[in-house]
Amino acid sequence: MQNRPTANELIGAVATFVEQNVMPELEGALNFQCRIALNALRIIERELELSPGLEADEMGRLMQLLGTEGDLEDLNRNLSQRIRKGEVAIDDPDLLDHLKQTTMGKASIDNPRYSGYQDLKKHTDSN
Amino acid sequence: MKTSENMEALLSRAVQQHMPGASGISELRRLTGGASKETWSFHAIVNGKDEKLILRRGRGGDPDPVFTIDVSLATEALLMERASQAGVPVPEVKFVLNEIDRLGEGFVMSFVVGETIARKVLRDDKYAAARDMMAFQLGEILAKVATMDTSGIDELARVTPAEQVDRVRNIYQSFDEPFAVIELAFKWLDAHLPTGGKMAMAHGDFRHGNMIIGPDGVRAIIDWEIPHVGDPIEDLGWVCTNVWRFGVSDKPVGGFGTREDLFAGYEAGGGGTVDPGRVHFWEVFGCLNWGIICMMMTRRHLLGHTQSVELVTIGRRAMEGEIDLLNLIGA
Repeated sequence: MQNRPTANELIGAVATFVEQNVMPELEGALNFQCRIALNALRIIERELELSPGLEADEMGRLMQLLGTEGDLEDLNRNLSQRIRKGEVAIDDPDLLDHLKQTTMGKASIDNPRYSGYQDLKKHTDSN
Repeated sequence: MKTSENMEALLSRAVQQHMPGASGISELRRLTGGASKETWSFHAIVNGKDEKLILRRGRGGDPDPVFTIDVSLATEALLMERASQAGVPVPEVKFVLNEIDRLGEGFVMSFVVGETIARKVLRDDKYAAARDMMAFQLGEILAKVATMDTSGIDELARVTPAEQVDRVRNIYQSFDEPFAVIELAFKWLDAHLPTGGKMAMAHGDFRHGNMIIGPDGVRAIIDWEIPHVGDPIEDLGWVCTNVWRFGVSDKPVGGFGTREDLFAGYEAGGGGTVDPGRVHFWEVFGCLNWGIICMMMTRRHLLGHTQSVELVTIGRRAMEGEIDLLNLIGA
C-alpha cells in the first residue's frame, strides 16, 4: 500500500494551490482555461473519494437486474444492448431506479451543483 | 494571412473592395476562436463615418473531422439575408469574402451591441425588463424563422424528425461506449416521433450564446451554422432544454421565461397553435443531443484533433443530458 499523502490528498493540495496561487495571477482566456483545469482536478478528487462505494453499489444493482456477472463495463454493455433490443421495458421501475442511482452517482462526482441533479435528487428522495 | 498584421492589411483591402466609400480599418481584435471558426471585430470608416463591424471566417486547413454538420460561411451569410427578409432580427451582412480577398472563407456583418453571456443576462439588473419579455419575443422570432425562404440553398438538408433522431443515434453508436440512459431515451424518442406538421426552416442552435440581448430584449439571432429544413418546433424544444437555463431550472425558456409566453409569441407571430407535446418531444431530444454533443467535444481531444483541457473536460458534462432525461422521462 502507498503511504500518505494519498492520491486524494495530493490532488486536493494541487487543486487548492491552483485555485489560490495560480488562477489569481492569470487574466482573460488563460484564467478561464485555468478554472476549467481546476474543475477537472476537483472532479478527480471527488472521483477518488466516491467511486469505490458508487461502483460497488452499481455492480450489485446490475448483477441483480441482469442476473449475470462480469466487470462494470461488460454489465453496462449488456444492459445497454438489452434496452436497445427492447428486451427491457423502458418504464421498468427497477431499471429506472438503477439508472437514477447510477446517474446521480456520476453527477455527485462530475458536478454536484448541477440544477438537474438537485431536481432529480429531490424527486427521488420524496418517492 | 498568418499574422494579424498581414490580416489587417488584407481585410482593409477587402473592405475597400466590397464596401463603396470605405477607407481603411482599425482596431482589429479577435473575439472568439472555436475549433473551426473565428470571430473578429474591427472599425471601418465608411463615407467618413465610423462603423463597427464583425468578421466571421473559417480557420482554413482541414475542417474538424469529427461530425461536422456546419454549412459553409457563404450559406450562413445567405441565410442571414433570408432571415432578415422574413423579419428575423439579425446583423446586416455587408459582404461575403471571395478568393481574391485571400482571407479564406467568411463574411463581414454589422456589429450588434448587446450581451450573449447567459449568466449576465440572467443576473444583471439591467436585463430585468428584458427577461420578462424575451420568451414571447423568441416565440415571435421562431414563427418568422419558420417562414424563411429556403429555395435554392443546396447545402440546407431536409431532415424529418425520424432522420434527426437517426443522425444523432449514428454519432452516438460510433463511439461504442455504453450509456444506458441514452439507449432508453432513443427508445422513448422512437416511440414518440411527432407526425404531421410542416417542414420548414429551423435555426438548429437556438439558445443562449446565439442571441444578442439588450435591456430592451432580443436584438439579433446569430450563428446560423447548423441549420436545416425540418420540424420548426425543434428550435422551441432546444431553447427549453435544461442545460440552457443555466441553473434557473424553474424558468423553462433559457432560465428567464415561461413556455406559455413562448407559445403565445409563436402564435402571435403567425406560427399557429403550438402542441406542447411536440415541444416536449424536442426537449427530450435536446437533452439527449446535449449528452452526445459533450461526447463529441471530448472526442475532438481524445482522438488527437485538438489538444484542449476544455474540450476533454466537457465529456463529463454528458451526465447533464442523462440527468435531465431521467427528470423528463424517468418518472
